[in-house]
Amino acid sequence: MAKKKKLSVDKTVTPLVKKAKDDGTNLVWDRLEDQSPPCGFGKSGLCCRLCAMGPCRINPLKEGEKKGICGATAETIVARNFSRMIASGTAAHSDHGRGVAEVFLAAAKGEIPGYEIKDEKKLYQVAMDFGIEIGDRDTKDIAVDIGEKALAEFSRQEGELLFLKRAPLKRQEIWRKLGIAPRGIDREVVEIMHRTHMGVDQDHRNLMLQGSRCALADGWGGSMIATELQDIMFGNPRPIAGQVNLGVLKEDEVNIIVHGHEPLLSEMIVLASRDLELVKLAKEKGAKGINIAGMCCTANEILMRHGVPLAGNFLQQELAVTTGAVEAMVVDVQCLMQSLADVAKCYHTKLITTSYKAKVTGAEHIEFDEHDALNVARKIVRTAVENYPNRGKEKVLIPDEKNDMVVGFSHETINYLLGGLFRAAYKPLNDNIINGRIRGVAGVVGCNNARTVHDSNHLTVIKELIKNDVIVLTTGCAAMACGKVGLLTPEAAFEYAGEGLASVCEAVGIPPVLHMGSCVDNTRILMAATAVVKEGGLGDDISDLPAAGAAPEWMSEKAIAIGQYFVASGVFTVFGTTFPVLGSEKMRKLLFEEFEETLKGKWAFEPDPEKMAQMMIEHIDKKRKELGIDKARERVLYDMAMRRELEG
Amino acid sequence: MSKLIASAAIRGANKIITRAETKYKEVLDKYGPDQEVGFPNTGYYLPIILGILGIQVKNLGDMKQVLERCRVLLPPMVKEKNALPYLAPALDAGMATLFAEELIEAIRYLEEPNFYVRGEDPTEDNIWLGAADDIILRKRGIEFVDGTAPGFAAILGSAPSPEIAARIAQELQEKNLYVFMCAEHNGKRFSEQLVEAGIQIGWPTRLVSFGPDVSAAVFAMGFATRAAMSFGGIEPGDFRKILIYNKDRVFAFALPMGYVTDEWYANAAGVINWGFPVIADTPIPEVLPTGICTYEHVVSNIPHDQLVSKAVEVRGLKVAVAAVPVPVSYGAAFEGERVRGEDIYLECGGGKTQAVEWTTTKDMNEVEDGKIEVIGPDVDDIEPGSRLPLAIVTEVAGRAMQEDFEPILERQIHHLINYAQGMMHIGQRDIAWIRISKAAKEKGLKLSHIGSILHAKFHQDFGTIFDKVQIKIYTEEDKVKEITEKARAVYRARDARIEGMTDETTETYYSCTLCQSFAPSHVCMISPERTGLCGAYNWMDCKASYEINPTGPNQPVEKGETLDSKLGQWKGCNEFIFKASRQKHDHFNFYSIMDAPMTTCGCCECIAAVLPTCNGIMTVNREYIEMTPCGMKFTTLAGTIGGGLSTPGFVGHSKYNVCQRKFIAGDGGIQRLVWMPKMLKEELMERLKKRGEEIGIPNFHEMIADETVGSTEEEILPFLEKVGHPALKMDPIM
Repeated sequence: MAKKKKLSVDKTVTPLVKKAKDDGTNLVWDRLEDQSPPCGFGKSGLCCRLCAMGPCRINPLKEGEKKGICGATAETIVARNFSRMIASGTAAHSDHGRGVAEVFLAAAKGEIPGYEIKDEKKLYQVAMDFGIEIGDRDTKDIAVDIGEKALAEFSRQEGELLFLKRAPLKRQEIWRKLGIAPRGIDREVVEIMHRTHMGVDQDHRNLMLQGSRCALADGWGGSMIATELQDIMFGNPRPIAGQVNLGVLKEDEVNIIVHGHEPLLSEMIVLASRDLELVKLAKEKGAKGINIAGMCCTANEILMRHGVPLAGNFLQQELAVTTGAVEAMVVDVQCLMQSLADVAKCYHTKLITTSYKAKVTGAEHIEFDEHDALNVARKIVRTAVENYPNRGKEKVLIPDEKNDMVVGFSHETINYLLGGLFRAAYKPLNDNIINGRIRGVAGVVGCNNARTVHDSNHLTVIKELIKNDVIVLTTGCAAMACGKVGLLTPEAAFEYAGEGLASVCEAVGIPPVLHMGSCVDNTRILMAATAVVKEGGLGDDISDLPAAGAAPEWMSEKAIAIGQYFVASGVFTVFGTTFPVLGSEKMRKLLFEEFEETLKGKWAFEPDPEKMAQMMIEHIDKKRKELGIDKARERVLYDMAMRRELEG
Repeated sequence: MSKLIASAAIRGANKIITRAETKYKEVLDKYGPDQEVGFPNTGYYLPIILGILGIQVKNLGDMKQVLERCRVLLPPMVKEKNALPYLAPALDAGMATLFAEELIEAIRYLEEPNFYVRGEDPTEDNIWLGAADDIILRKRGIEFVDGTAPGFAAILGSAPSPEIAARIAQELQEKNLYVFMCAEHNGKRFSEQLVEAGIQIGWPTRLVSFGPDVSAAVFAMGFATRAAMSFGGIEPGDFRKILIYNKDRVFAFALPMGYVTDEWYANAAGVINWGFPVIADTPIPEVLPTGICTYEHVVSNIPHDQLVSKAVEVRGLKVAVAAVPVPVSYGAAFEGERVRGEDIYLECGGGKTQAVEWTTTKDMNEVEDGKIEVIGPDVDDIEPGSRLPLAIVTEVAGRAMQEDFEPILERQIHHLINYAQGMMHIGQRDIAWIRISKAAKEKGLKLSHIGSILHAKFHQDFGTIFDKVQIKIYTEEDKVKEITEKARAVYRARDARIEGMTDETTETYYSCTLCQSFAPSHVCMISPERTGLCGAYNWMDCKASYEINPTGPNQPVEKGETLDSKLGQWKGCNEFIFKASRQKHDHFNFYSIMDAPMTTCGCCECIAAVLPTCNGIMTVNREYIEMTPCGMKFTTLAGTIGGGLSTPGFVGHSKYNVCQRKFIAGDGGIQRLVWMPKMLKEELMERLKKRGEEIGIPNFHEMIADETVGSTEEEILPFLEKVGHPALKMDPIM
């Protein structure tokens, strides 16, 4: 691989890459070199392998008529591929949500020990949103109804998803008018698969309407169900101090990394790690204790609720094993590199798969069974503990890097933080947006991508935004990038934020970048945006807000689904790195321009992070102007007549 | 909130809550859990705790759950580095602080019942006024409602010197603000400094010395909380509405003067919940972003000469300061100031000499606007402690001027003169009584300034109904006598005219929505025979008010088709009520207590209530603090029916209304009245006798029971039977 190229801005990377080389194992960056340059047709979305007449590809540089063998145009091919990415991303989030709903229902029925209702307030909120009677009914009964209704959302065939009603009214009207209010979660995914089959939907606008509907079934459906039910079962996140980066691994303790996306098992592993018998066993094996650390979004889930440290983000998964200090890497679903099995072989680390949906050749499989979750978790922890004596001390290199952070900003918690128990409201946020101390709100989320310098784009965009008084909401691997450089500390406001944003952060005691959770938790950003709209003073739709979204280092299909549901919810959304529609001018026009007329939100692509930030700020300023809050306002002094005019 | 403030507030809250807990354990051992506790003469228990938590603290045992809530609310200390968000926890801690302090003060009332004086004024040896009882709340609350007082300044600590304290207090008074004082700095307290500077403190001058300790801040916050419940009609425990109500409608702020202790920070964090900002004279950290308060939350290091204007700006308050060319301070806050004994330089009226006030209309060419004549000796011509006869004649002219407006302008003379610092005015018409203090004379105040005041204020407040006014002030005995005769003839003619007006012959009634600043769904409807329930507005006042300000709170309402002549309901009125109550009410009956009675804002002079056993009604005036036969004291009644509600069986009304012909005419009229406090009966005696004659029962006033007969229905019924009260023979009232 090219030695000159910088791999990461994270200081843990270089020494561990060197160690991996010394230890004789390959990492993601080595494979990147093998895979470069990427196929231009695939990259631009112009490769169609949907039928056996093909594969076809459209050469954008070729003169004259350009079509696939079946006659499919560039925009049809690109739109089909893009829609299928949405379907896949939606399926990933939603299957996660379905799993949560199943466990939730079983727990509510008292069929599985270990799970309970931790957040009654949220239970009632969801019950109301689902139209479930509360009265003086037992919470268990209400929970059963919620579980059943939630599960039914996946197989719903008609009507609308229940959570759509949470959105601002104007937004709901837009969806209905365009005919993109999703009916059922599975149905929308299946319909994309049908409509993108050879010879079905061959109008790129029509395809993208279904793409939007499917994406909405993710954001306001599957993902939201996952977030909401997880909060009820495991607790709504509240601000909590945590630490991040590979330095959280402990030299003298059994290190277990939980990696993937679901909290169902990891919650139990956290419990099992505190089991006195297992702790005793660890001591017998020569360790001082059992240390759980997270990776990717499983990490975010348990960090937000328990303060369990984060080992790192997507591109650090192999590096964690490379430290030689990890007894077990326990994975569930999504964003698992198959190469983990190879890297693990080089050390004593056991790679343990736990979902029947995600097995990895060469890994040990201990299947998660929600009916016996705690015992499965104990078995996993025990396996790790027993592996401790196999750790080769000479092969251990734990980087020093670890950073403090404050995390746990659910949209409900933000509401509390802005006014306390007695005056909780989004009003202070709206007020300070209106008065210009806060210029706008940005959601910067998403993955890592080996094709960009690890974490660099995230940090450049986010630092530029907060410097310009734009408060940043973040999730997923982007959030971890921020944590690693201290952007998630309250002190960061003074170091990085503009004067206005810093003054608000100081007043509330929050970091300028708020960690809102895992990637399914992007729904929290939707809800926060909705709360801002409902508080008033900033228009009556999400699209009216001085807000923008970005995924500077995206790589997964889930990111495309998220991006599309943000666009379809009215948000200007910029993606970096690469974008799989660039091959079709008509698709570029649809996504980058026409959507602004229909969906009131649109896509943009900009690989340069500084330019990306500027585009977002320009959009925010445009919205401020439309709202008439681009100029300083005079202080209004009230007399009695004005007080009488106030509504009761 | 800056981290420093939050940390200090949480530390302070911890100390105060611990102190309350210790104190509670101590008195619990001594008195037991059933010992009654509370502030004197209030229906709101411990008002902050009642308003915010919805808990009625009636006895010591009830304090336990409040203390437990305090502990739950108390957040952990703020870490130095990587701190968790602290604004919300600090606000919660501030709230817990106020709960704890309210308990501390209640325990003080239990242990030292005479620590605070009762009533509106300090005594010779005790300046601490303590909790405002409900009479003060209602009397003073009305000033907040009608805008006479836009808000209050809560001052903690002390100024660098008594002179600076006096200047700040005077500046606040000039802006019509109440000044609520507590806490000590450098061994001094602001209230004590004012006394030292020779300033009259107490409720009448709006300089309220609540208490010596910081915990007395709860008396200010309790006042604000009660305003929301009694005038805003907000239910106890509906904390969010109570706090927002205060943010939007009670323009208060805190002025910590001197070193800000942890305990002060804790209190500051508490008051921010109400939307009251903090303006400090010391360099404490500032909290400028808006949100909880309308504008900034904490502004600091303000020089003393800018403190008041800065505070008013930060609170977002527009104050119209009267520009009156007099050499003394001028404003509503000086209305309650007394001039007596050795302080008197000049006295006119009050039984010693004749004093009279008269407003009359002249032709345009007879009046030279702004001309002020003093006919006879003025202050400079007499010795200290002198008496003079006095006639104040205001001659008004203008195209829009009407004879009906004369009494309205004339009635202003009382408070307009009173607003001048060092000038006291009592009475009206031919029983006026004026004193000028030596201090005011010292500053150059003369009788001619009465003319300056009336000229300036008449134009400011009533400029739309007249064009010119000239003032003649007579101090020669024969002249005064002559004018008194003329004026008396006019008074008689006026009275006859207003007495002669009837609802039937009047097509236009007036609305009064003045109180909507505090009770948004309340609508007063005023007809000639149903004066406003506050006692301040009759039909004629409303008419004039409308002429003066056509878009103001008094609007003409064409009564339209009569829907029920007995109960007093008109189509046009109903339509107006529906609109003006913001769709909360679609009708009410002018003359009924039983069937859709008129709404009550909370500032009514009296409240009538049905007494089923006696088949009649009682009424009670707000000055009467004892129990009444309906089982409720005035304050409980007001709390129950105030805030813009229409409550069958109860209705608010003015004192004057009792003897008007249409008083609950729909339910049988005054003949239903079986009980009223003795003090009210005596106040209304003349008119009661007259009304008795009108209804053919000349001794009717003797048939109405009062507290000397009894304070329960059972106690008064035998009396009513004995005197043959007409109510007992009437149709069942329910």
